[in-house]
Amino acid sequence: MSLLQIEGLTHFFGGLKAVSDFNLELSAGEVVGLIGPNGAGKTTVFNLITGVYKPSAGHIRFEGQELVGLQSCQIISMGIARTFQTIRLFRDLTVLDNVRLGHFAQARYGIRDALMRSGKFRDEEKRIRDKGMELLEAFNLARYAHTQAKALPYGEQRRLEIARALSSNPRLLLLDEPAAGMNPREIDELLERIAWLKDEFDLTIFLIEHQMRVVMGICEHITVLDFGETIAVGAPREIQTNPRVLEAYLGKEVS
Amino acid sequence: MGLKSRMTLVLVFLGFVLCILIERSGLLSAYILQISMYVGINIILTLSLNLVNGYMGEFSVGHAGFMAIGAYVSSIITVRVFHNQMGPFVFPLAVIVAGIVTAATSFVVAFPSFRTRGDYLAIVTLAFNMIVKSVLENIDALGGPRGFMGMGRLTNLVNVYAWCLVTIFVVRNLVYSNFGRAVLSIREDEVASNLVSVNTRQMKIMVFLIAAFFAGVAGALFAHVMQFINPRSFAIQKSTDILVMVYLGGIGSIFGSVLGATVYTVLLELLRPLGVWRWVVGPIMLVILMICRPTGIMGLKELTGLIPREERVLGKKEETDVVTASN
Repeated sequence: MSLLQIEGLTHFFGGLKAVSDFNLELSAGEVVGLIGPNGAGKTTVFNLITGVYKPSAGHIRFEGQELVGLQSCQIISMGIARTFQTIRLFRDLTVLDNVRLGHFAQARYGIRDALMRSGKFRDEEKRIRDKGMELLEAFNLARYAHTQAKALPYGEQRRLEIARALSSNPRLLLLDEPAAGMNPREIDELLERIAWLKDEFDLTIFLIEHQMRVVMGICEHITVLDFGETIAVGAPREIQTNPRVLEAYLGKEVS
Repeated sequence: MGLKSRMTLVLVFLGFVLCILIERSGLLSAYILQISMYVGINIILTLSLNLVNGYMGEFSVGHAGFMAIGAYVSSIITVRVFHNQMGPFVFPLAVIVAGIVTAATSFVVAFPSFRTRGDYLAIVTLAFNMIVKSVLENIDALGGPRGFMGMGRLTNLVNVYAWCLVTIFVVRNLVYSNFGRAVLSIREDEVASNLVSVNTRQMKIMVFLIAAFFAGVAGALFAHVMQFINPRSFAIQKSTDILVMVYLGGIGSIFGSVLGATVYTVLLELLRPLGVWRWVVGPIMLVILMICRPTGIMGLKELTGLIPREERVLGKKEETDVVTASN
């Protein structure tokens, strides 16, 4: 069974068709890319999946369950996590708190436990803290645990965003331009990290990317969007030579 | 129980003893006693508003409206329902009921205004404050603009001290928990907060209800110190005072709120010789603070003693007694 199934997804911003009849099937364990020029509607697709926008039409099913109509927080606690195109960390909070917030839906204590500092509260808080530190350890961020997120260097902030996303124990990870602003060496590192993530955390990854080099390296399938329309679907090699894709990226030849 | 929590208990207990001693001995003049109670009531108001404006980063500007509801509800209970009998026994109950009624009322404000994002809460709470005031002015059964009187002097230093402790206890335990982190994340970035599975709407309503509860409690205590309340005591002027105390002491800081409430209350008393002009001090301070130090004296910092041990940042900062409180 497919993990994520999108059918006929359509979204309008006023009169503008941002995404039109978008279809996608993701199987567990895949790495799939979504590419396209600026303004093609890639991030809109992510926002529709995670409930930031409500689609005008279409279905999104995650493990067979309909996501359309659910709130973001419900969708995330079902096992989907995402990062953002521009970094959206909780800047004034510490690195550890950023990661601990990812565990929000998993804390099994109520407000009474928190107020009375019950045994359950203590156990859960310790578990959340240990898991958070473990994750920071894995992402080589442990030494920054008590630093404010905004004080981290750019690359570390990007890493922290992925760590925070993973702390909610997702099965599907949506990465929105993870390589934005990175130099070639950092991109190589990122590619390695994504491959490692996928195995270590048993993830299915759906990523938006601008730079061909990134998607070609790790994606098994690629979908290309242009002006909200799906113009090509296939393996990286096919995409690279697809005339419609070249046209979207480079423009049409003048005859 | 560790040594530290035992010491805290001892300190709390000593505080109670001190309060009783001061009340019984007549060591302090009635005037100073009254000011001390105002300080306590203002601490409760400031802390509760800080929860919404400081920790959660929303902008609620009508806190006096909630205070008014607590003041009137508790006064109706003690005067109309119990006819000033069994005062000391009825009063704690009246305070709690006042808090609960206020929280229930605040739900009416919270529910629609948290459907939207942005500055709507400021407008809605401002309107709410005005509505409460004019409604009270037009209910003759409650004295209308003349006010409501006949309450016994049921608030004493011990009461106020106890409620201050409860407020500090609740705010501190809330802030240093999963819920507190969620509240802080709403301040930082609401969209991202939703996308790390925080139900931001539910969280905002919950925090708003808690804040209103304590505003109601403070109102009830206030009514039974003054023994006379009228709608004008709960006008925008009062809400502004509470805002000044929050932003003076420091947003997102328990100690800051205690400090802000104390300094501002005492300052206003010291400025009594200025007459009407002392009411200019608050708004001017608010303007200056917003320009020069928008986060206040303790902005986002906390006294180490108020931070749960496991949340403290170890290291050299420890010695300076104050560490970054965004924990």
